[in-house]
Amino acid sequence: MTFEYSPAPESTAIVDISAQYGLFINGKFVDAKGSKTFNTINPATEKVLSKIAHAQASDVDKAVAAARTAYTKVWSKMAPQERGKYLFRIARIMQERAREFAVLETMDNGKPIRETRDIDIPLAAAHFFYHAGWADKLKYAGAGDNPRPHGVVGQIIPWNFPLLMLAWKIAPALATGNTVVLKPAETTPLTALLFAEVCQQAGLPAGVVNIVTGDGATGSALVNHPDIDKIAFTGSTGVGKGIARAIAGTGKSATLELGGKGANIVFDDSPIDQTVEGIVSGIFFNQGHVCCAGSRLLVQENVHEELIEKLKRRISQIRVGDPLDKNTDLGAINSAAQLARIKEISSSGDTEGAQRWSPECTLPEKGFWYPPTIFTGVTQANRIAQEEIFGPVLSVLTFRTPQEAIDKANNTPYGLSAGVWTEKGSRILWAAKQLKAGVIWANTFNKFDPASPFGGYKESGWGREGGRHGLAAYLKGGEK
Amino acid sequence: MQLVDGTDSSIRRFLKQLPGVDQVGAESRAAMLATRSIKTASKKWAIDCAISMIDLTTLEGCDTDGKVRALCTKAVHPDPTDSTVPSVGAICVYNDKVATARKHLDAIGGQSIPVAAVSTAFPSGRASLEVKKQDTLDALNNGATEIDMVIDRGAFLTGDLVKVFTEIVYIKELCGDRAHLKVILETGELVTLDNVRKASHLAMAAGADFIKTSTGKISPAATAPVVLVMLEAVRDWYAMTGIRIGVKPAGGIRTTKDAIKQLVLVRETAGEEWLTPKLFRIGASALLNDLLMQRMKLRNGNYAGPNYVTLD
Amino acid sequence: MRIDIRKTYKLYIGGAFPRSESGRTYEVKDAKSNFIANPAQASRKDLRDAVTAARGALGGWSSATAFNRSQILYRIAEMMEARSDEFVEEIALLEGVSRVAAKKQVDQAIDTWVWYCGWCDKISTVAGSTNPISGPFYNFTVPESLGVVGIFPAQKSALLGLVQAIAPVIAGGNTAVVVASQKFPLCAVTLSEALATSDLPGGVVNILTGITSELAPWMGAHMDVDAIDATGLSKELDKEVRVSGADNLKRIHKFSSSDTPQRMLAFMEYKTVWHPIGI
Repeated sequence: MTFEYSPAPESTAIVDISAQYGLFINGKFVDAKGSKTFNTINPATEKVLSKIAHAQASDVDKAVAAARTAYTKVWSKMAPQERGKYLFRIARIMQERAREFAVLETMDNGKPIRETRDIDIPLAAAHFFYHAGWADKLKYAGAGDNPRPHGVVGQIIPWNFPLLMLAWKIAPALATGNTVVLKPAETTPLTALLFAEVCQQAGLPAGVVNIVTGDGATGSALVNHPDIDKIAFTGSTGVGKGIARAIAGTGKSATLELGGKGANIVFDDSPIDQTVEGIVSGIFFNQGHVCCAGSRLLVQENVHEELIEKLKRRISQIRVGDPLDKNTDLGAINSAAQLARIKEISSSGDTEGAQRWSPECTLPEKGFWYPPTIFTGVTQANRIAQEEIFGPVLSVLTFRTPQEAIDKANNTPYGLSAGVWTEKGSRILWAAKQLKAGVIWANTFNKFDPASPFGGYKESGWGREGGRHGLAAYLKGGEK
Repeated sequence: MQLVDGTDSSIRRFLKQLPGVDQVGAESRAAMLATRSIKTASKKWAIDCAISMIDLTTLEGCDTDGKVRALCTKAVHPDPTDSTVPSVGAICVYNDKVATARKHLDAIGGQSIPVAAVSTAFPSGRASLEVKKQDTLDALNNGATEIDMVIDRGAFLTGDLVKVFTEIVYIKELCGDRAHLKVILETGELVTLDNVRKASHLAMAAGADFIKTSTGKISPAATAPVVLVMLEAVRDWYAMTGIRIGVKPAGGIRTTKDAIKQLVLVRETAGEEWLTPKLFRIGASALLNDLLMQRMKLRNGNYAGPNYVTLD
Repeated sequence: MRIDIRKTYKLYIGGAFPRSESGRTYEVKDAKSNFIANPAQASRKDLRDAVTAARGALGGWSSATAFNRSQILYRIAEMMEARSDEFVEEIALLEGVSRVAAKKQVDQAIDTWVWYCGWCDKISTVAGSTNPISGPFYNFTVPESLGVVGIFPAQKSALLGLVQAIAPVIAGGNTAVVVASQKFPLCAVTLSEALATSDLPGGVVNILTGITSELAPWMGAHMDVDAIDATGLSKELDKEVRVSGADNLKRIHKFSSSDTPQRMLAFMEYKTVWHPIGI
């Protein structure tokens, strides 16, 4: 007798995707200059979802000007509590339209509906709700008695958590009194454009939030714009370094949230069943498209065999397929380009002598897919232990002593996240002290909260997002 | 294979090397599995599977022969208007009602439905070993082919693991070939998931054929994280010994949704092999009618009401 | 000419609206000494029931996530905003002020509520700390809820003083037994209607109307009340409450200023935890 799960598709009737979208500037949707457009597709089916406006330098100009006017004339003059109320409104409307956002995000990004419905969208709304309450309490933020915002901030977000990254950027920026020009990622603009509608529904004054869709060139135009006071960027380390160079000498400040190669350290006294869950969540959540993914599993050598056996058994249960099916665990890879990158780096695992393993799974014919994969027998000298793959591929290494685990964990230019699995409290705190990572998860993984600061050491970026500490980036703190 | 020789030190050593359970992680895994959406054909399959796994139960002070007979009729023909509905997994009663149940079941074509009796001073377990043995013998002699015993929680919480262990061994000996033994852990009194894991392994080492969550007389009973940990225990036991032990959640499972969540837990924890009444039972009474109403909805396309299922 | 249906002003205890078990009511007049209503006059037993309800609700409320509490407080603001006209009417009648002034008070009260809603999930960031002690230990301090708080809001304010007192107490995870202003009790009852429709669990806030000088001594002496906001008590009653409150060392405070996180922290306890750091 087998218990097969029948298809359980979430209906797409709730979304209403326009045939094409303009840019959201000064409270209205407008065409891009020259009416240039590009397509956004559903990576699970390769079907075109909509035509998106491609913002040129002059469009970015208009957006920044709108943000500046809104800042000078309206936003900077508004009583802080009233500013906060707009954010409360936005949060509530996001909650009201939560299902719509979830379905749209799944269609545009490729991630499972269960994740957008249960994690991405609720967290995004919570982020606005949390920051709304800071607007009139900034004197308690630890940035001085009367901290001032920068003015107009340019924000560039990635494709892996489109709406959530938008919330991480816009909520604190607005709460602290800045106005915003935000560029969503090329492959995932739709939830940002729906968010623009929410701003309209909330009555947000025109120009406070502007959304300019486009590609790398649009992003550059934003970064280099002389009337932007501050940049906030989440994306690859390579582009982040480029931004750091571009703003040198301009007086602009920046926060960067970049890549990672997070070490997930498992000691021999871990609560093993929950550890297996944490490892799976660490690398397969969101198809592994996570900057803080636990992509390097560091297992204490004396429990390696037992752990890998349990891990393989658990991974065999991962359901890969239609992201709109409520029972899907692993969705589509976001783009053909990303799939090619994943394949290229993983293949080095084969050629460099690690042992690849994936469970049997039927991948759909259309769309971009990669099965959940682990490589055992990996060492620090392998490419798959050093380079960020940004896909559902886990590299498994071993260690003998706690110090060796720490040394290997820290032996990377990255420093975003780390995991520690042990039932011994003192060892958790000792490891947390030694690890050079901005976010450390003990006996859990991939947990996010608007109240919890997030960001990396070393080449994983500059600054923190979320919590009291995340506000500092959006307030003038005397830095040059 | 002898993992434990019945001495205090061997029991302690065995239980000590079991991995700990992180409560937050276990609850989160159980919660994620509860989001599985079981529709159409898979829902139909699951409903019939759940019906066939029910240990239809009456354990009240006011139980009479009449009540027991009514329950038995329901067990054999849950829906008088639909003969395609499977019979339930078993009838579960107090030992002095076993004879009535067996006689009536045999008279109405329910020979294949076993009668399970609760035993060992159910639900509290607070009595002498002699009383507990007699309790079991009475049930067996009256025709019970399944014994649901309770462990001594007082002894467990005091650390008198030998007492808990040996009581199970004695009752299992009495059961012999006549009956299978379910061991009720009463997880609501054990409280922590670590205790649930330990008690599960203790019971299996002592000879349990089934480990059962609760008496159904206190709350909390068969919560998802508890059932998850018990399913992990039987999965691990199979890896250690090659023997499959059954799991029975009892108490608090009232709706079809609840029952289907249990089946998902089984499938994605211990595995499909456990999806049979031989290895998974659900202790319930009100659940059956909800399953029948959901079955009707799948068959007819509209929601049924309480007037369309029988009260027994 | 249509005769309107006048409201009966009852107590709010455990999420329900009972009359006083004593059967008593008292007359409330407007600023021009016209009769308005006979709200319940709470008895000692009502107070006892309210404390029991507050204690019963404490476990769930204090262990809810801060985010969850802030969502509920925001919804209370939504419900208050919807009843704005009703509050304006009552304030104008009771305090004898213009509708414009009354509306200003209502707006301020709602905004105060929103201000505290935003504190729920920030207070421990601002008032908690990790402490750099000398030794291989991790040491942190968190503010936690205190328990059941008895509240006597400012007597002369129909609504604002009430909100200024209740919001910080429950934002911090405590539950409350509120004795409304004796002369201006009606807004308190309307507020309880807003609370009852806001997802606030029953028993988190309980509101009694009645005679302050009767209720205060009973509150002061009740051994299951952990703290008191004595802002609305006269000098004599304040002293009496502090004397009897000493029996279980109630934390008793009086406030003159309005919105400050100190008003929340006054009804919280700091807990400090040590844990070794070692391999």
